[in-house]
Amino acid sequence: MIWFTLLLVLLVLAALWASMATALLRATLGLALASALLAVVMFGLGATLAAVLELSVCAGLISVVLVSVTSLTAPRSLKEALADRRKRLRRMWPLPFLLIAAGVSLTFVHAPVDIVLRLPAGDGDVRTVLWSMRQLDLFGQILILLAGVFGVLILFRKEAK
Amino acid sequence: MSDLLLLVPFAGVILLNLVPKRARAAAVWIAMGILALEVVAAFFDRFAGIDFSAFAPLEKVFGFHLATDGLSGLLMLCAGLVGMAALFVARKTFDDANERFFFANLVLVALVGINGISMVRDLFSLYVFVEVTAVATFILITAHRMTGTMSDRAFEGAWKYILLSIIASVFMLTSIGFFLLSAGGTTFDAAKTALETGTPLAWVAMALFLCGLFVKGGLVPFHGWVADAYTAAPAPVSVFMAGVVTKASGVFALLRIAQMTLGGAAPGREILLVVGAVTIVVGAFLALTQTNMKRMLAYSSVSQMGYIVLALGGDPAIGILAAGFHFFNHAISKSQLFANAAAIEKELGTLDMDEMGGIGSRMPVTAGTSAVATLSIAGLPPLAGFWSKLLIVLALWNAKEYAFAAVAILASLVTLAYFLSLQRRVFFGKPVEKWAGVRETAPGLLVPAVALAVVTVALGIGFPFALKVLLGGGA
Repeated sequence: MIWFTLLLVLLVLAALWASMATALLRATLGLALASALLAVVMFGLGATLAAVLELSVCAGLISVVLVSVTSLTAPRSLKEALADRRKRLRRMWPLPFLLIAAGVSLTFVHAPVDIVLRLPAGDGDVRTVLWSMRQLDLFGQILILLAGVFGVLILFRKEAK
Repeated sequence: MSDLLLLVPFAGVILLNLVPKRARAAAVWIAMGILALEVVAAFFDRFAGIDFSAFAPLEKVFGFHLATDGLSGLLMLCAGLVGMAALFVARKTFDDANERFFFANLVLVALVGINGISMVRDLFSLYVFVEVTAVATFILITAHRMTGTMSDRAFEGAWKYILLSIIASVFMLTSIGFFLLSAGGTTFDAAKTALETGTPLAWVAMALFLCGLFVKGGLVPFHGWVADAYTAAPAPVSVFMAGVVTKASGVFALLRIAQMTLGGAAPGREILLVVGAVTIVVGAFLALTQTNMKRMLAYSSVSQMGYIVLALGGDPAIGILAAGFHFFNHAISKSQLFANAAAIEKELGTLDMDEMGGIGSRMPVTAGTSAVATLSIAGLPPLAGFWSKLLIVLALWNAKEYAFAAVAILASLVTLAYFLSLQRRVFFGKPVEKWAGVRETAPGLLVPAVALAVVTVALGIGFPFALKVLLGGGA
């Protein structure tokens, strides 16, 4: 239980970092970290398929897309970044409180949840899920990473010159 | 041979990168060879009844969960033809050898994505391959950055495309989560069962997935990115994107969902009818007001996507066939028009139609082929577009959706109006003095336009045969 609590706290912190970061690259890293932590929590809860999908999305898609976007934007000066951080802090400070309030409220809600997520075949073993059930998606992720590599080669080429 | 349709283009990408740097000029030809193989495989496997079972042992290596049918054959045929046309245009419009090399690579990556979209039977896998295509396309739009010639407009186009793509991803991923909860899985069969049992969460999931695909397909009200992205992209990218990328990742995926999960269910049909009709009308009127040729073609694409979606809301027995056939016709004709636009931009240096006039006599082949494509899209007999629009109207009529059938017919008149306006402003009218020295474009740019125009005419004249093979292919 303590591990789950710790992971959830870290997950919230990573998500907050992703929201508050002034640089797109850092926001991307925060998002990737939050997503990876969420996948670990899902593995821990036995939702292997959902965890694999989460990891898949996190590793393959969002990161590559956002790094590509980052590469397109011009870097800001330190002064601009600091000014923006102050603005962002003023705007975002209620976020952690909202999150805590939402968490506390949900513990008092006893909504009848009759949805049971069926375990995938192979006893939910991550290897079975990855290599037998979602093999095609894994191939897709490799392609996205490959496209990302081409993206970096193209987008950074001018700078290298 | 479904696995091979993913693995061969993937192997092609690896092969391109093994070629020594000094031989990179061959990259375009290697990619073209792979696209030609795709055309052969798609056409002969699905539509000419040639047995490819000799390749079956090769599929055991991976054993992906894929399946081919008439619709997937249609998309792959389309991707092969349009991809080859785009590579021809790239040869003449990308001056930098590295640009051509990376373009060839990314076309092959996108091709794997498109082939995946055509063959998957699972919502999450569909999402993954839609993203493969989207990431490759986003990088293609910014290709000019490599030579330092990317405009602010291209940046804006790429930015809008990627932002809206992410919004679409959010819709689709949320939907997949809801399907996991309500259907216990993400296969098309599981989703169909959950929808048939009337689970509300499954219908919410389906609505979200459809919204994601509406964004990817540039349907109203999510059409904001289309004109910017098409206009900003380099010429060969516009050909590829307008011809097959947007259609595969948005409209074809919709077609597949309508065919395999909605199964003519009333709520799904109503959504498709309304979105389709609104998209047709809004796209057509936006096209009517444009002065930039590529922007007009982009909004025309939006409008024609609406026809495909509208067909999906009609009688499923004809609707899927009509949507598939219009999908193919429009992909071919619109790629051809973007190839024509590339030729005009290369020779005149502008796409502003107000500056043009009377260039038809100086560029007769470009003018002639563009007339074929515009008349086909407007639905004039005996060209291919006429038959697909007729099938769409029949699908709506059979479903007793008379008002939507009327919208489809009347909007065709608007399509004819903006395309006649394009023809008049660009090719006919009083010749403008400053274009006196303009000559027909290079043969390399004419080849794709002529080849695609021949496909449009041949499909129109040979419609009974086309219909027979389409039905035989199971579309």
